[in-house]
Amino acid sequence: MIKTLKTTGLIAALMLGTASVGSAETLRLLTWGSYAPEELIQKFEERYPDIEVEVTFSNNEEMIAKLRATGGAGFDLAQPSHDRIYSAQMEYDIYKPMDLSKINTEAMSESLLNGVKANTTIDGEVYAVPHQWGTSGLMKNKALAPDVNGWDDLCDPAYQGKTSMRLKRTILLGTAFAMGKDPFAAYSDLDEYQKILDEVAEKLIECKSNIKAYWKGGDDLSAMMLSGEIVASETWDSTAYKLFAQNPDIVFVPPETGALAWIDTFALPRKGKADDAAYKWINFVLEPENVTIMSNSTGAIASVKGAKDLLPEDKKAAVNAAFTDADIDNLKFFANIPPGVEDMEGKTLEKIKAATGSE
Amino acid sequence: MNDQAAYDLECTNITKDFGSVRAVEDVSFVIPSGSFFSILGPSGCGKTTLMRMIAGFEKPTSGDIRIKGRSVLDVPPNKRNVKMVFQHLALFPMMNVYDNIAYGLRCAGTPKSEIEPKVRNVLERIALPDVATREIHQLSGGQKQRIAIARCMVLDPDVLLLDEPLGALDLKLREAMKIELKLLQHQFNTTFVYITHDQSEALVMSDHVAIMNNGRFEQIGRPEALYHNPTTSFVAGFVGDSNRWKGKVAEVKSDSARVETDAGLTMICKRREGEALSAGQAVEIFVRPEFISAKKDGAADNADNTLTGTVDSVLFNGANSRVLVRGPSAELIEADVVVTGGPEDLRARDAVRLSWSAQQTMCFAV
Amino acid sequence: MQSDIKRLSLILLFAPFALWLLLLIILPHIGIVALSLREKVAPRVYEFGFGNYIDFIQEPIYWNTLLRTGSMSILVTILALLIGFPIAYYIAKIAGKRSRGALFLLCLIPLWVSDLIRAFGWILLLRETGVVSSFLQDIGLISQPIEFLYNDITVIIGLVYTVILFMIVPLVSTLDGMGDDMIEAGYNLGGSGFTVLRKIILPYAMPGIVSGCIVVFMMTAGSYLTPILLGGKNSSWFTEQIYDQFITRFNWESGAAFGFLLLAFTSLVVWLGLKLTGQTLANTVAKS
Repeated sequence: MIKTLKTTGLIAALMLGTASVGSAETLRLLTWGSYAPEELIQKFEERYPDIEVEVTFSNNEEMIAKLRATGGAGFDLAQPSHDRIYSAQMEYDIYKPMDLSKINTEAMSESLLNGVKANTTIDGEVYAVPHQWGTSGLMKNKALAPDVNGWDDLCDPAYQGKTSMRLKRTILLGTAFAMGKDPFAAYSDLDEYQKILDEVAEKLIECKSNIKAYWKGGDDLSAMMLSGEIVASETWDSTAYKLFAQNPDIVFVPPETGALAWIDTFALPRKGKADDAAYKWINFVLEPENVTIMSNSTGAIASVKGAKDLLPEDKKAAVNAAFTDADIDNLKFFANIPPGVEDMEGKTLEKIKAATGSE
Repeated sequence: MNDQAAYDLECTNITKDFGSVRAVEDVSFVIPSGSFFSILGPSGCGKTTLMRMIAGFEKPTSGDIRIKGRSVLDVPPNKRNVKMVFQHLALFPMMNVYDNIAYGLRCAGTPKSEIEPKVRNVLERIALPDVATREIHQLSGGQKQRIAIARCMVLDPDVLLLDEPLGALDLKLREAMKIELKLLQHQFNTTFVYITHDQSEALVMSDHVAIMNNGRFEQIGRPEALYHNPTTSFVAGFVGDSNRWKGKVAEVKSDSARVETDAGLTMICKRREGEALSAGQAVEIFVRPEFISAKKDGAADNADNTLTGTVDSVLFNGANSRVLVRGPSAELIEADVVVTGGPEDLRARDAVRLSWSAQQTMCFAV
Repeated sequence: MQSDIKRLSLILLFAPFALWLLLLIILPHIGIVALSLREKVAPRVYEFGFGNYIDFIQEPIYWNTLLRTGSMSILVTILALLIGFPIAYYIAKIAGKRSRGALFLLCLIPLWVSDLIRAFGWILLLRETGVVSSFLQDIGLISQPIEFLYNDITVIIGLVYTVILFMIVPLVSTLDGMGDDMIEAGYNLGGSGFTVLRKIILPYAMPGIVSGCIVVFMMTAGSYLTPILLGGKNSSWFTEQIYDQFITRFNWESGAAFGFLLLAFTSLVVWLGLKLTGQTLANTVAKS
């Protein structure tokens, strides 16, 4: 008797819990901060009144962790970078293939679309399409640090205590390039890659005393740069563009060895429930006037044809101040991360962080 | 120690102000060695403040406190040889009985070898030789009381202060502890200063009692003197029970006076020595119930004061039985009676005649 | 029949608590332990084994970070106690009735803003171009801006500031329960100020001290934002290590092992602390 009572109670509670989910279609977007400006969401909801957009801001690592935890449920559209899809899909099976016929691929820049396709095709199925792209490189205050041109200049004793970097994989790769290596080529031979990582670690530990602090997010980086506490740093280009608007001396510098380029994509979580709404959102943000709104918010360049012309005026100026055509030809697109590399890189980063005696 | 000092504790013109409030005003008294002295007063009369000044927790605004003849105004509380039993005893709950008692000895730097026999000794004197290892919460109320006293007495104080320590006990235990405290005081032969608002505690135990009111001492004396010869109307009203009338002096004689009460009764009262009374002066009259005899109406009597009334109710309480009599002006008068259970006993609605002598009629100018 | 109803109501009353305990405390921990015992051998292939724990033991960076986190947490706990005790004593015993509430509220105010905002507050104050540095320059004490941020001392200051309330609250509540007469009796019986503190106030407050220390130590060892944001190039905190394992390196198995190790380590420290001070959980935390 008691048992039945308890079970009924439980069932009732569960039913109450599920009944509260709304009937109007909801598009649950898992994306980067600033990748879903309020203005665009409003516009989208006006056009599709029966779709409600819910946004969760995140980053590459957390996106994968969140989707892994649920086996790909809880979100309808995710925006990981192009190099983080293949291995995540192989290991955790969190995405579903995309139906390209439902996407206005005509509007997309062909080279970027093909690049992403090449990176994310598994068993003949495509798992992502490009959305925006940008680069990681250097930022300097022209007036105070005129000679910063390569990754290794952050370790130049001339700027002792006045440089910064984020202790993540970007700086490992950048430093490897600056040392004349090609880490992406070494992805196929992990022993070789480990050797490169060891050399990079040695270099970065040596460099530690030159660094003021490792930045952790765009906000603390901006504050240090604007206040003049640091004069040069590793950075995302979008952060540098924003600072350029406040202080024209602060410019983005594509390193001599090439800026590292990433493409943020659209991918469908495996247990997403609103695929149609997701495709509608993808096509919606490909529309030229929406591209401008988006770029204004993100600071990144859309993967559409003629994207540079669709940039807001101030961003256009910042990009022109940073990139020459040669720089763009020199871009190094992040290569797919094979399984195991994240662990190797993580260990290297820990080693650098834990190294002391150079304070 | 000054052996010549005749008094363990002397207070001279002590005054204490808290801001604009005067808590204690011009109090002076001396306590002979080895006596039991009580300070009796209603709550808020300043008696606790006075005691805290003696213990050193408060500094008098003016006046002097001497212990064994030596002024202690500049001596901090932990250096005064005055120990205190607190109202809620303040035994240390995180120590057992032994450590509670040994605490003071350790503070005084007594050698370890002497502490143990001293603690044993004091526990024996309070007749609790076996409780040394008990925790405080394992003791009964009466035992805690005795441990609190032992904790002080083991330090051999010049004066022991007790701040209403019986207040928290139930009635029965309180009665027993009254006697026990008196015995302990005899046994230790130490001066006890006992603070209370309960007159029966003060009267039963004390050698001397000071009656305190509004920060002042009204009267100091032996318990029976306070009871029978109060010098102020406050003392007369506060100590013991009494019937009270307000009135005006009608005629003054050499050793007595005639007073017309506000209700229109006439009474003859005793004139106390040195009391200046004049006709027309407002006075208060006090008569204790045990001095009023209540008899069934009709019996002849030639007492100084008589009045008639009807019995309102009989309050039977064994030897302390009383009647409440509705007097001529409708007020209730209390009188002690002997209730034997026989037919001559007074009953409600009996007509009754009350009488008492002028000697037992106290009169105070208001 | 009567007893059936009683049992039923007992079960119904107890059920929410038991469910909460089971679903939110016990099951996740069993999950964590189970996860930590899986070794990854290939993509989507796992085997049972102690590999994650062996990795921890073999890598000095990991256990050094754990020891560092532990020792700094102990330091923070001691500082919080040393600073918190006088404050709690003032609030409980010296302040007037009315100001007591206000003081308590003052202590609470930092909790109204999030960890993140508080950390940024410290950053604004202590950075090279921050308030403190500029002020010292303005009054001429220093000629060059000084960086107060990004070192272990800042981390400790920030942590003490964050957790001190959790030291003060249990201390105030135990000290509040101690009558003034207890302290006066201590003096009256001949104790000096130091004796009264050592023999009476501290032993009386011990339940509050122990529970405050346990809470503060656990919170500090498990904190994440403050050490990350205020810490310098060399200051790694064990929770950061766990986060990295889970999020950056997708290594849930080793992250779970680290999480369990942190729990075991902090429990061990608390147990040692209780043993050393001769206290038990029952007569401290349960009482205060």
